[in-house]
Amino acid sequence: MTAQAESTRATSNPEAGPVIEIHGLNAFYGTRQILFDVDLTVRRGEIMVIMGGSGSGKSTLLRHLVGLNTPTSGVIRLLGQDIAALGALEMQDLRRRIGVAFQGGALFSSMSVAENIMLPLQEHTRLDRKTMEIMARMKLEVVDLPGFGDLMPSELSGGMLKRAAVARAIVTDPQLLFFDEPSAGLDPAVSAALDDLIRQLRDAMDMSVVVVTHELESAFGIADRITVLDLGRILMTGTTEEIRGCDNERIQNLLNRRPSAAQVDADAYLKRLTGAA
Amino acid sequence: MRALEAIGRRTVGGFDQIGLGAVLLAESAFWIFAGPRRRQPVRVSATVSQMVETGLLALPIATILSATIGLMLAIQGHYTLSLFGAESFAPFGIALSVVREFSPLIIGILVAGRSGSALAARLGTMEANQEIDALRVIGVSPVRYLLAPALLAMLVMVPALTMWANLVALLSAGAYTTAQLDTSMAAFAADVMDALVVGDLTHGLIKSALFALLVVLIGAVNGTMIRGGAEGIGRSTTQAVVQGIAAIVIADMIFAFLTTH
Repeated sequence: MTAQAESTRATSNPEAGPVIEIHGLNAFYGTRQILFDVDLTVRRGEIMVIMGGSGSGKSTLLRHLVGLNTPTSGVIRLLGQDIAALGALEMQDLRRRIGVAFQGGALFSSMSVAENIMLPLQEHTRLDRKTMEIMARMKLEVVDLPGFGDLMPSELSGGMLKRAAVARAIVTDPQLLFFDEPSAGLDPAVSAALDDLIRQLRDAMDMSVVVVTHELESAFGIADRITVLDLGRILMTGTTEEIRGCDNERIQNLLNRRPSAAQVDADAYLKRLTGAA
Repeated sequence: MRALEAIGRRTVGGFDQIGLGAVLLAESAFWIFAGPRRRQPVRVSATVSQMVETGLLALPIATILSATIGLMLAIQGHYTLSLFGAESFAPFGIALSVVREFSPLIIGILVAGRSGSALAARLGTMEANQEIDALRVIGVSPVRYLLAPALLAMLVMVPALTMWANLVALLSAGAYTTAQLDTSMAAFAADVMDALVVGDLTHGLIKSALFALLVVLIGAVNGTMIRGGAEGIGRSTTQAVVQGIAAIVIADMIFAFLTTH
């Protein structure tokens, strides 16, 4: 989708406020700073890919977005609500409206696939069991795993696990779906099918999607916009064309799979070697 | 200096673990009591399956251990008392030491080895597979979902196993005694009933509930603190067992001191 089409889509929607707004997010693990002053906006209905190599801070950013980590400073607004200011019950309500598919699926190994998918319904709704079973089957159809509900997660392949995880993530019909590394560990064909699924879900269920990945091909295949994260800082946010056409050296290195030359500071280097730093 | 620092670090780490254990206990209690009112009850099915796992499936080994302990106590008791020509008092000593001490202790150690380590391994594996994260983002408290059922199950099943161990140990001690003293089982049972008061039984049962609590919390703390993949899981499960058994033995001594002093 082009930038123009995206913006008309956004303005024509009456409640077109951004689904995610991040301002000045700083994050630390202990004393090590992982994210530096991150600003990011995700528009309603778009697929935003957060791309970066390992150690770029993309996983940490995702953990903050889904509320698993609390920011050291900065504001995260999901669906218009500042998540730091929410009480337990409001947070619970917000959780129903977001879905998360983890990298390895993270299905509960002690439950069948169908029970996994029903769990969010059990927690957030008062539906009877029959209805929940039907909804679980519907979502399994959506992710193209019909009839797999009675299997245990250990009986599924890597790609199927990720699909089942998507089914669990979308079972409450969330407005916002997060997907961690959809293509990691999958062969290209399976990975492409998963990318298609993500696009179909966005179109059919009117969801906004945030995908975190290090896979270039997958990123450019599904993204409306891409955010490039490097060493904890956002280098650039833009459409796929803008990212491709950008002349930032680190982005081009990332796109062309060239290792970035380390910035050499002779003094600091010497200190590191002698252990004086 | 280095050694001192290491000792300091380990001490602080120990306090960290105790603090985490206290938090987990408080949270479990919160969900057990306040969960139903918030429409987020502790799952009955999970509690039942934990009860089967920690209680029912431990029955064979618990039976073997307590029968052996009963027999051992009978043999030692008769030998010791025969030195004074007082074998006929053996049933009293056996009854008291089984019910007040040996049953709770042996069941506690058994459960620490079977269930404490299993809990640590389960929580650690789930953490590594992001299953704990998945629970959180779905809006399910991992404590409510995983820990509270384990705690409830153990608080019921460890005293129950202890009761069973009492019965089996006394029966096997009785079998030895009747053969040795050439008396009847009825006479042995009458001696046991004479020796025991209800307080002895509750002493043992309360202690076993305390052991259950220790085993669950130590398993949970080690499980949630697992870092470093497969090796980490191995280390933490071992630690859960070692710390669990140590805590049981120490708590046993403290409990005996406080209640019989």
